[in-house]
Amino acid sequence: MAVARHWRNQDQRYNLAGTRCKVCGGHFFPKTSMCPSCHRRSLGKLERFQFSGNGTISSFTIIHEGMPQYSSQVPYVIAYIDLEEGDHIIGQIVDSEPSEVEIGKKVEMVFRKLSEEGRSGTIQYGFKFRLTP
Amino acid sequence: MGTLARDVAIIGVGQTRFGEHWNLTFRELGIEAGFRAMEDAGISSSRIEALYTGTMSSGLFLNQEHVSAMIAEVVGLTENQIPATRIEAAGASGGLAFHQAILDVASGLHDIVVVGGAEKMSDVVSNLATEFVASGADQAWEGLFGATMPSLFALMARKHMHDHGTTKEHLAQVAVKNHAHGAKNPLAQFQREITLNMAVNAPMVADPLGMFDCAPTSDGSASLVLCDMKTAKELSDDPIRVAGTGQGSDSLSLANRKEITSMRSTVAAARRAYEMAGIGPGDIRVAEVHDSYTISEIIAIEDLGFFEKGDGGFATERGETALNSTITVNPSGGLKARGHPLGATGIAQINELVLQLRGDADGRQVKDATVGLAHNIGGTGGTAVVNILEVV
Repeated sequence: MAVARHWRNQDQRYNLAGTRCKVCGGHFFPKTSMCPSCHRRSLGKLERFQFSGNGTISSFTIIHEGMPQYSSQVPYVIAYIDLEEGDHIIGQIVDSEPSEVEIGKKVEMVFRKLSEEGRSGTIQYGFKFRLTP
Repeated sequence: MGTLARDVAIIGVGQTRFGEHWNLTFRELGIEAGFRAMEDAGISSSRIEALYTGTMSSGLFLNQEHVSAMIAEVVGLTENQIPATRIEAAGASGGLAFHQAILDVASGLHDIVVVGGAEKMSDVVSNLATEFVASGADQAWEGLFGATMPSLFALMARKHMHDHGTTKEHLAQVAVKNHAHGAKNPLAQFQREITLNMAVNAPMVADPLGMFDCAPTSDGSASLVLCDMKTAKELSDDPIRVAGTGQGSDSLSLANRKEITSMRSTVAAARRAYEMAGIGPGDIRVAEVHDSYTISEIIAIEDLGFFEKGDGGFATERGETALNSTITVNPSGGLKARGHPLGATGIAQINELVLQLRGDADGRQVKDATVGLAHNIGGTGGTAVVNILEVV
């Protein structure tokens, strides 16, 4: 994949930045260039919105047959997270045993390596989550 | 609004066996199903005025796009330069190709069209198939972070279990029932029954979903002949009428939905199809639903209105979805046992309903079947198509 494909999403993936609609106040992740509620009225009125990275596990799964670039990490945990701002996000839960993960537990965002395109290719970074102490 | 401009009917169906066809190419699979459908309809290919093909990902699996022209060529339909169109909506490609063909014939543009669905998945190794199937979900915000297609359904399953008391055994009951049905279908990929114990204790894929909770990767093709009702009655003694057809959408990513234990796309597609048909879920005796995973079937039979939200797993355990019970769900064996060659699935569902409504389904015949429903989704439900067929 061309580097630009990942580079253009850096702010969202590294910082958990989305957008907020200045018309209705709604916020979105990933970022959008049009508010799905305000439609055309929102054009040009979307601003960067910083999510806190704090949330609650709404559901989770322990993956035993992973995506090819994650196959060395199995078993790994993917969770459906309710962010405290009200949006949802899907991310990996790290720094704990799969058996410690439960619905309702609090999580916080951490910045980690996601994958790499072979031994000499680009490395992808982005958000993951860990259980808050 | 909400009606077809003229009546449309199916007069022929054909399907390859689903499974691992190491000796057959994509082209050969398409030819086999297409000619069986035309033979069943009793017409020559010179009568065909347009061709629709549902294929999800020939580009990734075979490095070949533009398969509409390829299929038209190999079945000899390029002689008259008929319109040939490929439809893609991940696993709903077949159902959506059928939906589009209905709109074509109902509009009056063409009288007789062929609709096919085909996929060739066994030419790539299994972890690549995992990645290609995941392309029906959101690659930038799900796949990149390690989410596979089964893992996204596992998120739905655990939430459904948490909110409604659905159990791992309920999930397994779906697989046991569909394998029992598939054992009666000579074109199914798996024609052997399994036990509850085997399903519950199978190796995990994405906890809580194990191997028997997931439809297989398959090669296969299915095809049908569709025409306006006037032509259908001239050509066929037992045309099957399209009573209703509906399509719905939802966000590509699971994270952008308010809830993950129901699919709004299915609810909307079903509402549109029921309204067009002038019937409700209580009128359906036989349904082919999209059990790409066991939890998919449980969510589908709730969203289609057959059972209350949260009761899908319990209803399955009570045996209410088995052959000739309250409502027969997936008499063909479903995606789980018939097999799931992505683009072919939606057409195979329609073909099964046609056999059921004609009374030609042999050992898996649903008694007194006069109305049937097919439900086909793409990805995690970003697209849903519901079609209702009835005996004329």
